[in-house]
Amino acid sequence: MQATAATPVIEFRDVSYRVAGTQVLSGFNLQVHSGETLVLLGRSGSGKTTSLKLVNRLLTPTCGDILVRGMSNKDADLIRLRRGIGYVIQDVGLFPHFTIERNIGLVPKIEGWPEDRIRARVQELMQMVGLAPETATRYPRQLSGGQRQRVGVARALAADPEILLMDEPFGALDPLTRDELQREFLLLQRRLHKTVVFVTHDLHEALRLGSRIALMEAGRLVTVLSPGEFLRSADPLAAAYVRAFGKGLESAANRGTS
Amino acid sequence: MNLFRFMLRNHDQVLELTLEHLRLVGFSTLLAMLIGIPLGIGIAHWPRFNKPVLASANIIQTIPSLALFGFLLPVPWLGARADRLAILALTLYALLPIIRNTYTGLRGVDAAVVEAGRGMGLTESQLLFQVELPLAVSVILSGVRVAIVISVGLATIAAAIGAGGLGEFIFRGLAMVDDRVILAGAIPAALLALLADFGVGWLERRLQPR
Repeated sequence: MQATAATPVIEFRDVSYRVAGTQVLSGFNLQVHSGETLVLLGRSGSGKTTSLKLVNRLLTPTCGDILVRGMSNKDADLIRLRRGIGYVIQDVGLFPHFTIERNIGLVPKIEGWPEDRIRARVQELMQMVGLAPETATRYPRQLSGGQRQRVGVARALAADPEILLMDEPFGALDPLTRDELQREFLLLQRRLHKTVVFVTHDLHEALRLGSRIALMEAGRLVTVLSPGEFLRSADPLAAAYVRAFGKGLESAANRGTS
Repeated sequence: MNLFRFMLRNHDQVLELTLEHLRLVGFSTLLAMLIGIPLGIGIAHWPRFNKPVLASANIIQTIPSLALFGFLLPVPWLGARADRLAILALTLYALLPIIRNTYTGLRGVDAAVVEAGRGMGLTESQLLFQVELPLAVSVILSGVRVAIVISVGLATIAAAIGAGGLGEFIFRGLAMVDDRVILAGAIPAALLALLADFGVGWLERRLQPR
């Protein structure tokens, strides 16, 4: 089926996911539109990561359907589906026995691109994510956490997928590196217009990066708001987030006495 | 000095028995790898088979070697030739360390790496051959190393059923109550074990993922 401009790139329809008797996700409905960065915000265990893994079918829903470009991802060829979706995770998951070059160029390689085209693409991507050319022949463990995460992003972008799934990609970084990578993510996204689903528990990150924020709690979608709306929202959970966030800075400054 | 002179005088036979010994160990280890590594991969992917497979391999290990040689003797095709039988018995003993280390090695691969690979759209066989096995190779090889060292020792007992190898000297020396003859079998066997241990150990370090 051909996707039109109006068709959401990703759509969750009444999705539930249950594993070992635990309801991880229930009655989940959400549409992600082309070119937007949709942030899934919630505490751990709220079902954010599960939702993400349902999109590239690392998990299969108990009931409901996930449509990718208008087609149920159950009917899609699994390998094709995944190669068309970039995937970045917090632990990065770089292949420790591959050089940076090979890590980034892996999907193009298994897609059968010619060598020189892969090399050119890897160079382009490394420049795009701000990696020095001499890191190409290094191994992941020789890189800093921030550099590794850049490699993770470059690797996900390698075959130029329309969709990018990012699971707390900057969560394990120090605040300064995180800030730097967030800023670069925005610049990159302004150029590339990927459809991004971004998981985080950090409100600051959600407000900064998201076109819309989907707030989740205990396996349910609470509300979907733009960053501006989120800050003014009367929804008790959204308001609690904003309060905790504001108070967090204040009380830290007052050494927790307020 | 006596021993040295004895080995020198019988160097043809020492060499011949050493080669026989190597053949027994080599074939059985190869067979055990051909069976054990796929089995290890299998139980790493389908964990519900892990207990029965490992338990069987374990039970085989507990059978005294002389008894196992004896049990296999009446089996038609096998019993016809002693070296066949010895190779099978040695293969059975070598299975456990190889299966167990393949399993442990694959289970030890960082889950994030495997998930990232799967999420990127690697097929299960690409994942296995390009990611999981290369990352587990040094653990698998250390299982092979244990298997070889066990086999070199066990293969000396194969001489009891006439399969040849350095055990010939040992059994002959025991019968003759002659230390020189026992040592002429025991020393090359010990050297073989050390050499194999060192060789595979070197390979293991070479292939260690960085």
